[in-house]
Amino acid sequence: MSEIKITIDGKTCSAKPGQTVLEAARNCGIYIPTLCHFEGLKPSGSCRICTVRINGRYAAACTQPAVEGMIIENAVPDIEEMRKELIEMLFVEGNHVCPACEKSGNCELQALAYRYEIFSPRFPFLFPKKEVDARTPKIYLDRNRCILCLRCVEKFRTADGKKIFAVTQRGLNSSIEIDKKLAARMSEDDARKAMDICPVGAILRKETGFVIPIGKRRFDHKPIGSEIEEGGGGRK
Amino acid sequence: MINFKSLSDERFKVGSYKKILKVHAKDKGNLLEIIRDVQAREGYVSEAALSDIADYLDLSEAEVKGVASFYHFFSLQPRGRTTVYLDDSITSRLKGRSRVASAFEEEAGCRFGQVTADGAIGLFPASCIGMNDQEPAALINGLVFTDLTPDKARVIVRGLKNGKTIHELAEEMMPGRGQSELFRNMAALNIRQKGPVLFAPFETGSAVRKIASLNPGQVIDKIKCSTLLGRGGAGFPTGLKWEICRNQDGPKRFIFANADEGEPGTFKDRVILTEIPQLVFEGMAVAGYAVGAEEGILYLRAEYAYLRSHLEAVLDEMRRAGVLGKNIAGNRSFNFDVKIKMGAGAYICGEESALIESAEGKRGDPRDRPPYPVQVGYLGRPTTVNNVETLAAAARIIVEGACWFKTMGTIKSAGTKLLSVSGDCARPGVFEVEFGIRLEELLNLAGADRPSAVQVGGPSGTCVAPAGFNRKICFEDLATGGSVIIFGPGRDIFQVVENFMDFFIEESCGRCTPCRVGNTLMKLKLGKIIQGRGTKTDLRQLEELGKMIKATSRCGLGQSSPNPILTTMENFPELYQARLRPDADFAPDFDFAQALKPGCQAAGRECPETEHEDE
Repeated sequence: MSEIKITIDGKTCSAKPGQTVLEAARNCGIYIPTLCHFEGLKPSGSCRICTVRINGRYAAACTQPAVEGMIIENAVPDIEEMRKELIEMLFVEGNHVCPACEKSGNCELQALAYRYEIFSPRFPFLFPKKEVDARTPKIYLDRNRCILCLRCVEKFRTADGKKIFAVTQRGLNSSIEIDKKLAARMSEDDARKAMDICPVGAILRKETGFVIPIGKRRFDHKPIGSEIEEGGGGRK
Repeated sequence: MINFKSLSDERFKVGSYKKILKVHAKDKGNLLEIIRDVQAREGYVSEAALSDIADYLDLSEAEVKGVASFYHFFSLQPRGRTTVYLDDSITSRLKGRSRVASAFEEEAGCRFGQVTADGAIGLFPASCIGMNDQEPAALINGLVFTDLTPDKARVIVRGLKNGKTIHELAEEMMPGRGQSELFRNMAALNIRQKGPVLFAPFETGSAVRKIASLNPGQVIDKIKCSTLLGRGGAGFPTGLKWEICRNQDGPKRFIFANADEGEPGTFKDRVILTEIPQLVFEGMAVAGYAVGAEEGILYLRAEYAYLRSHLEAVLDEMRRAGVLGKNIAGNRSFNFDVKIKMGAGAYICGEESALIESAEGKRGDPRDRPPYPVQVGYLGRPTTVNNVETLAAAARIIVEGACWFKTMGTIKSAGTKLLSVSGDCARPGVFEVEFGIRLEELLNLAGADRPSAVQVGGPSGTCVAPAGFNRKICFEDLATGGSVIIFGPGRDIFQVVENFMDFFIEESCGRCTPCRVGNTLMKLKLGKIIQGRGTKTDLRQLEELGKMIKATSRCGLGQSSPNPILTTMENFPELYQARLRPDADFAPDFDFAQALKPGCQAAGRECPETEHEDE
């Protein structure tokens, strides 16, 4: 099938049929920020940070398929301000402890806060009481730092399709639950993948920490998104 | 379905839920039904039950817990052998809910949100249960008690303590308003005005006979020609929806009747399903024929569970009459039947993709679109979801004709609309009116005396000030799924707005950031203004936040959740202005003195002066 042409902030980009706006933008060297999207996983459309304006209407770039002729506004001031608000919301709904967090420097939420120059959220902290779950042998779940991106829910299933992570409750009480029985069978490799796929410090490995020293971490020297913007062609 | 009466002596025995599993097929789609039966039998879903259900359906425990904890009428902690769900809508509050709640609490000996020490009675709030014309109302073990007073609340609790069953109390206090056994314990219908589309006499079978000689395309054309728009509130053209669904590839399609009216203040679908379910089911058959679906599902909100046996009886009757089943009206290519699936207490499931998720036995999270349900819906098949009122209207259009239908209403909103009117008026109830009726005419019909505000379309709609009472109810002006709540002179609009925001906070699925977090932040900001601590900066920020939530939310719930605040800011600006601090343009959210108070009190020191008191 033929290539689709879309315009993002005035730049013409091409997309393959079935590609989302977010994927097309990445291939075009344009960074659309996101916290829930993860390459290879079905997008959950939950964080809404990738919100763009397409022909005057708002949509999440991660779930919106590219359609011929779309005129897309991405890095425009009012949308960037909304993204900043969304990032700030994620900070105030949890209890984030950046200076003491094992994921500091590898954390996408923290990296986005730096990129958007957030010094302090405009909203009042909600200081929720959250439970930490350390019942499973390889990992522990610190819900204080969870942003409900659902990457872990989507990624980890048993061979017969059972979910190892699931969302419980609803609304502001929504919370990630880890299946005790199934998580007991996770391998070291699964545990590492789980920690890596978590954009924040909500899933952490037991008995190991700070393997990569501060200063050599993913976002220690360059802001999040720069790998896409510098690459021009982006990742595959 | 399990007959709970026959099981009543076995209820609440440890592990007695195990029998329930065997009643249901090993199908993940039955998860809600299974949890529902366990909840009804044991009063909650225990850890052991979660584990056994998970094993039975090949799901993880975490997944089952995720579903069981999503819906309001499921619980992971015991909710009492008798569970009182007292309606917490604004109308209930205006009609004396707090005194009724106190009477329940005093007589039972526990607070709302708690269960009595002996586990006999649990008291819990519920979002609007669809009884706003007879508030305060409560659902007690699935039975409805309306027009409650403190005295009635005491009679109920004393009766239970003296060994009466809730069924006996319902028989005594809620006399059946129909002759049939099935009609016992139904709420009053309060049909105040009947119109030609819904409440005119209808001969069952007349619509399916009429289409038997037409091909599906002709049926779709008829509906398109009538310009019928969806009655749930969004107003999507029904004929177009059917056509898109029909044009999808694949052999199997589904028709859903959305009977999950959860918008506070609406109860018209309850009246339709009680009075004219035949029209709805026949509309489903018409839709099935048009779209090419042989299976229809009525998704019935849990609050209306007491209607289920009545609806099943109507379905049986229609099958016997050949209006449902195989070779309908002698047409060999016309096979259609309907089954009922129950909700479990979640406003969001009125959203069509969330409804489908729920019908599949999952959490009621809306789906991302595209693809739309008409493309990829129930079990991945093209699925048409229509409001019950839309389906009833479609059946009528088939019989009476598209031109007849278009003689009523306005140019863009043909036909009639059933409105649920409640609040401060002499004649609350349902009114079938032509689209285009002015709000003031409706207020006259309902006997509203000098209202100070009218909420049209429920919390997600618009709060209209008297200056707007000449506006018309139709898709061109004031669009509504049918909820109209009237507030009389002297009512506190901020109490209304706070109640509506609480509703959205309670009912947000939590999937997306702006709706999950933003509504709570809006309510905090609103509280600051109501307490007199706000400035014009707060007002501006409140508006910006509302607009941002509307722009970025994932579904219609989030996109309309700031409306209680935004529409009152627009239509009642003077109320907000009057609360602002005149002496400052900015005041911090954080109240230092207030934050110090607990510490000062604990230490026995004198507290600094605070700007406001805790509520």
